[in-house]
Amino acid sequence: MSITLTMPALSPTMSEGVIARWVKREGDRVEPGEVVAEIETDKATVEFEAVDEGVLGKILVPEGGSARVGEPIAILLEEGETLDQLEAEGAAAASPQTGAPAKAEAAPAPSAAATATATPAAAPPKAPAPAAPAVVRGGALPPEPEIPPGTPMVKMSVREALRDAMAEEMRRDPDVFLMGEEVGHYGGAYKVSQGLLEEFGERRVIDTPITEYGFTGIGVGAAFAGLKPIVEFMTWNFAMQAIDHIVNSAAKTLYMSGGQVRCPITFRGPNGAAARVAAQHSQEYSSWYAHVPGLKVVVPYTAADAKGLLKAAIRDPNPVVVLENEILYGQTFEVPQLEDWVVPIGRARIAREGRHVTLVSFGRWVGLALEAAEALAKEGIEAEVVDLRTLRPLDRATVVASLKKTNCMVVIEEGWPMCGVGAELAALAMEEAFDWLDAPVVRITGADVPMPYAANLERLALPRLEQVIAAARQVCYRD
Amino acid sequence: MCAAARKGRRKKEAPAGDTTTVESRKTTTPGELPPRDKLFQFLRDMLLIRRFEEKAGQLYGMGIIAGFCHLYIGQEAVATGVVHALDRERDTVITSYRDHGHMLVCGTDPKLVMAELAGRITGCSKGKGGSMHMFDLKRNFYGGHGIVGAQVPIGTGLAFAHRYRQDGGLCACFFGEGAANQGQVYEAFNMAELWKLPVLYVIENNKYAMGTPLTRATAQPDLYRRGEAFAIPGDFVDGMDVVAVYNKTREVIPFVREKGPFILEARTYRYRGHSMSDPAKYRSREEVEEVRKHHDPIDQLRKLLLEHGWATEAELKEIDREIRAVVNEAARFAQDSPEPPAEELWTDVYVEG
Ligand SMILES: Cc1ncc(C[n+]2csc(CCOP(=O)(O)OP(=O)(O)O)c2C)c(N)n1
Repeated sequence: MSITLTMPALSPTMSEGVIARWVKREGDRVEPGEVVAEIETDKATVEFEAVDEGVLGKILVPEGGSARVGEPIAILLEEGETLDQLEAEGAAAASPQTGAPAKAEAAPAPSAAATATATPAAAPPKAPAPAAPAVVRGGALPPEPEIPPGTPMVKMSVREALRDAMAEEMRRDPDVFLMGEEVGHYGGAYKVSQGLLEEFGERRVIDTPITEYGFTGIGVGAAFAGLKPIVEFMTWNFAMQAIDHIVNSAAKTLYMSGGQVRCPITFRGPNGAAARVAAQHSQEYSSWYAHVPGLKVVVPYTAADAKGLLKAAIRDPNPVVVLENEILYGQTFEVPQLEDWVVPIGRARIAREGRHVTLVSFGRWVGLALEAAEALAKEGIEAEVVDLRTLRPLDRATVVASLKKTNCMVVIEEGWPMCGVGAELAALAMEEAFDWLDAPVVRITGADVPMPYAANLERLALPRLEQVIAAARQVCYRD
Repeated sequence: MCAAARKGRRKKEAPAGDTTTVESRKTTTPGELPPRDKLFQFLRDMLLIRRFEEKAGQLYGMGIIAGFCHLYIGQEAVATGVVHALDRERDTVITSYRDHGHMLVCGTDPKLVMAELAGRITGCSKGKGGSMHMFDLKRNFYGGHGIVGAQVPIGTGLAFAHRYRQDGGLCACFFGEGAANQGQVYEAFNMAELWKLPVLYVIENNKYAMGTPLTRATAQPDLYRRGEAFAIPGDFVDGMDVVAVYNKTREVIPFVREKGPFILEARTYRYRGHSMSDPAKYRSREEVEEVRKHHDPIDQLRKLLLEHGWATEAELKEIDREIRAVVNEAARFAQDSPEPPAEELWTDVYVEG
């Protein structure tokens, strides 16, 4: 059976080619892998190799001639077959049953082939286009945990809460281990992992060299193999060296493997400005990680949430980014004394109820929002404070419900304004509560500059109480 | 021998001459010839890879496969020799985007691989990964990684898991000589040796990283010595000789299981362009022809089988015919399979629950 050779697509963008030279002549034997012709493409001259064996029966496009991708350029005869026979059968064009080559002509137009998304076979999506861009949440949301009446509350720092969360999960599951710089013998650069080495030993509390890219990749590999690593970054600033593994390896592999490869890993460490450490040590990464499908991102404020969310993160079968805060480490909050206190990822919390304005924040800045609410109350403005707790998946419903009650919103975040969390929430307000809005959403963000060192400038670069109060008055038309 | 290698710096001569061509000197095949059955398995696997890749190239030409598609033709002996030396029950394998061959020799059904290349729902990643991102956890194959060098720390992490669980397994971690210049590779080397992780680093030195020959990209072209700064021993092997690769791998495996990392540089060659769109202007046709004529891993093994009287021409032809049928079947399966339904766009972003 003869085989029709067609103009091959030799690059992702090629639509037409020119035969620069026929290396084989009519009548020549052709072995698989042998170069048959040289073809000039949009990019370069490329060798065209035979896949099948046979005899080059007829050249259909002469040297210098061009053909579109998929058009016949020559006919390859089987041993013993002659061209006359073939013509007698009226099969100069590829017989439809020649298998693969016949399909060449049925193949999508080359431009479509290059943009593989647009192949004719693609069925139109069934779901109607959503009003807002769909954001994948990842499973049903478990309810807020109950605190049974009579549960004792203990005062605890965020630092202790995080340590307890790790210790409890490590006791519970032998596959959980902690790795990072200074996490073991030193007890943690910020003393978060104090005591863990003593309890769990060097096998499970692993001091790494100062090689974020490398140890993050190792953590991801261990997670692919089914272990549950907690990777601590001394601060998130240094994770920029590892962001390739966080995004490309941890977040995307489940999808790229069609659901085969899980990555149950927790990345954690202090995020954002501490105090007076200037631009390279003060960055806030919320919107960077919240941008990435495949990651979950939590930003606890209270010690109870720090403990409950970290435990949820460690148990989650997905990669979770836990953005902590150095300033919060030393602050104390009440934590319910329960056997197993887990806060579900994906649920916001009403930190204070109110009816005039919604103040939305997360992490350290929930403290500022509460302070502002206190001050506003004195002037008769009852502010509702929403603590997002999780940025991805975002609890849109809680924000929208509050907004529908107060009809105005101020977002407070430390990150830069461009493409920030506040920008996302402003879009959410427009998409889901447009008709309820009485005033444009106002964002109080970190200043759009690298963090300065000088004390006065640093103060000016971070969200301030007076800004929040002024913004609340503004959206309530009270100024 | 390996324990000694860890102490003293080995005195092995660097290959003489132009490193942009495969050395004509053959590493003497250490040890005995594997049994005839084993040699036939090598032949079948290498032929499967060769014919599969040729077919993939053809389907690419027809617009059925698109995007980046890196063929393994010429390098078949490396994956085949190494993987056959592993304990497939417990050892893990990881490599770069040039991954079709490794997957096939790990035993993944060629139909699923071809369907993935074609972006079909029946592919091993449901058509969502493509040529560069394929995985088969049932066969301990961990991908398929598109970022040059990424699989080195990830593979080291797989080795970490072997050690953490004390399961006796090791990770065979393949990467190119171009990847060998990546910083993350050395971060991983350091931790692998520090923690004595069971990882066999296999550097597939095919002489070119895209269009850049080794000598224009690296200050020290003896890649098997790249672990010296971390006290990781290494050796090189003729990567066009499947028996040599197999024997060398078997030789070093006990060391890796007991003592820790080892670097094996396999000197090999890729016949095709870097990916399908490579014009191959950086090397001469003569250079490629020389390797094909005199060092082809499949031809060499065929010759060996014939010389020993272990196979006849007719038998070899029959094997080739069988393999072709398997590959044609894979191509047909891929083309007959539907594309993923639109709903698949939204699945596998998170593990639910
Ligand atoms: C971090 C990164 N940089 C660049 C690329 C683009 N790229 C893909 S393959 C390649 C060459 C790699 O060569 P080598 O490691 O020798 O492997 P080979 O392709 O020869 O198998 C480059 C530069 C990439 N995928 N990732």
